[in-house]
Amino acid sequence: MSGTSVSAEPPVTAAPADAGAPGGLRRYGMALAFLAPALFFLGVWIVYPTLRTIRDSFYDADGSEFVWFDNYQAIFTSDFIATAIKNNAIWIAVVPAFVTAVGLIFAVLTERISWSVAFKTVVFMPMAISLFAAGVIWRIMDQREPDRGALNAGIAVIKDYVDPPGVLSDALPSTGALTGSPQTGLTLKQPLEPGGTATLGLTGIPPEDVPGDAAQAVAPKPVANGITGVVWRDFKPGGGMPGKVEQGELGLPGMTIRLRDSSGGSAGSTTSEDDGTFEFTDLEPGRYTVAIGADTFAKPFGGVAWLGPKLITPALMIAYIWVWAGFAMVVIAAGLAAIPRDTLEAARTDGATEWQVFRRVTVPLLAPVLTVVFITMLINVLKIFDIVLSVAPGSVQDDANVIALAMWRTSFGGVNDFGLGSALAVFLLILVLPVLLLNIRRFRREA
Amino acid sequence: MTTAEADLPVQRGVVEESVATRIIRVVARAPIHVLLVFIGVLWLVPTFGLFLTSLMSPADFNQMGWWKVFSSPSLVTWENYSNLFDNGPITHSLWVTAQIAVGGTILPIIVGAMAGYAFAWLDFPGRDWLFVGVIALLVVPLQMALIPIFSLYNDVGIFDTVLSLILFHTAFGLPFAIFLLRNFFIGIPKDILESARIDGASEMRIFLRLILPLGLPAIASLAIFQFLWTWNDLLVALTFGRDTQPITVAIFNQLTEFGNNIELIAPASFVSLAIPLAVFFAFQRYFVQGLLAGSVK
Repeated sequence: MSGTSVSAEPPVTAAPADAGAPGGLRRYGMALAFLAPALFFLGVWIVYPTLRTIRDSFYDADGSEFVWFDNYQAIFTSDFIATAIKNNAIWIAVVPAFVTAVGLIFAVLTERISWSVAFKTVVFMPMAISLFAAGVIWRIMDQREPDRGALNAGIAVIKDYVDPPGVLSDALPSTGALTGSPQTGLTLKQPLEPGGTATLGLTGIPPEDVPGDAAQAVAPKPVANGITGVVWRDFKPGGGMPGKVEQGELGLPGMTIRLRDSSGGSAGSTTSEDDGTFEFTDLEPGRYTVAIGADTFAKPFGGVAWLGPKLITPALMIAYIWVWAGFAMVVIAAGLAAIPRDTLEAARTDGATEWQVFRRVTVPLLAPVLTVVFITMLINVLKIFDIVLSVAPGSVQDDANVIALAMWRTSFGGVNDFGLGSALAVFLLILVLPVLLLNIRRFRREA
Repeated sequence: MTTAEADLPVQRGVVEESVATRIIRVVARAPIHVLLVFIGVLWLVPTFGLFLTSLMSPADFNQMGWWKVFSSPSLVTWENYSNLFDNGPITHSLWVTAQIAVGGTILPIIVGAMAGYAFAWLDFPGRDWLFVGVIALLVVPLQMALIPIFSLYNDVGIFDTVLSLILFHTAFGLPFAIFLLRNFFIGIPKDILESARIDGASEMRIFLRLILPLGLPAIASLAIFQFLWTWNDLLVALTFGRDTQPITVAIFNQLTEFGNNIELIAPASFVSLAIPLAVFFAFQRYFVQGLLAGSVK
């Protein structure tokens, strides 16, 4: 606003002057005085740079030559930026909706809980932490080995419960009597009839793998109508005879032993004792094969490579949702509190179930609030930057790339291509433009 | 007032339902409580993990998870922290962060409050259009300003100074500050202002004696936001600083050797987030108010 327009305007607009207003000119001068610092800051740091960046986006790397739309073309031809756009698209598709949904669930769950304030404080807390520090936190959580990274440790607990790891990670048969491999199970070649015994010797077992309660192995004694056997560590320092149970050799407890009849059907399974012995009793006459089940050798959970190139974006999203869920919850909870109780009660009195009340009354009434949360998250997700830098190790940052990071690395990360960097910034601006217009429309409607 | 309101439904409930139905209701809701406790613990674990990691020696960190501290408390060492506070560059970066955060909070509040007052209570041509302009600036990504301001700072010679960072944060904090404060100021009863004007108080006097004190709740919200935003910034400082490093940039520079530097990274990160957390816990109410008022941002 220039000085001339200020002095020219007063007679026109000040005509319907407020009661008792002092001289219009002085008041406009006053308004300008109050506004001047803000206009200075907004003009120099936001408006001028925005125009300048738009201009620069049509120039080459150092701003010396006008290159038309070359930079914009480069956005869509460079692999580096293509990954960034693809990743950002995934972020936009997943995170705003997910955060809004989580916030809604948390807000509804806590609505009638007496200690909801404590819960909200805990979930909201990450909002105060910098996204960068949150990234460091999750870098520690995402370590690969399940005994170092808490996320994988949690998965390991569940996975080991559903699909327990075997007692041994690896083993070899000590003699040619056993065939197969640890992955398929080790089978005794020679079929047995009831009254027979099976000696299943294994070697190649690391000492730390041997179960702690293992006891001296005992050679099996034949029983009538049954098959007995032993599975043991057929290894003794300083030699020993393969295939023979000897003093100093330990039985292997906890092995799964499977028995199959001549047609290949299962005839039972059992688990070996501390001394390695096992027995199947009350067998029909016939020929049976004995095998050590493959689940004995099932590998323990090795950990998911969250910080590897494939999973880095999901890992980042988990961290980001951890940070922002509290925001969504608090805003939605405030919206929830504003819903008139009578409306909900009326629906319940009419016989609606809780789910129907939620689906048909609560959610539609919350729609404006949910929209605000969704749009806020949309803008946040477009600008993600810090968390990528702190969670993703340098080697996978190209795989985790997002537009804001691509913009920064292009402009300041060594390449210093100000033209392309400006084009990327303008690209971001274009993406937030619909939200900008929406905000203005909403304001004009309210005003 | 609020307690009286809260008491009513409870008493009515007691009258209406028998002990048996109450027990059934409490038991039926137990799964929700269990679920919420579980989620709450889940949300606390990551931050807690950082804290415990910051108490481990790097050798231990490379071998075992931080939760091992529970079974063997002897793993805890405060050495990382004593080393951290003896580390000159790190303590200096905390000081730089504090300067940026304080300056970057106070300046936009002053400038924003003045503009907010003008938009709310002073009459001038184009006021609404100008305010629409401010709303438009709310969502302009700060990436739009990085390159031109980088050049400008170099030309003017304030590149790599605390001041240059404060000025940038002020500008990008302003649209939200003006928006929030204008909307709050406009709710101040007109009579108060009119009578002050009739009594002959100058606009400056009205602003200082009436608007600022009455606007304190909104100013408090804004102050917390702005403080957290400037304290937690990485992008701006990374762009306009070389030797002027706030704590986020200092940690960032250590990150390339994550495995080897964990004894520095973990405690430094924890210290860097302890202060915003303290601010958050102390002023949570204002934080939430500001969030609700400004969630159109």
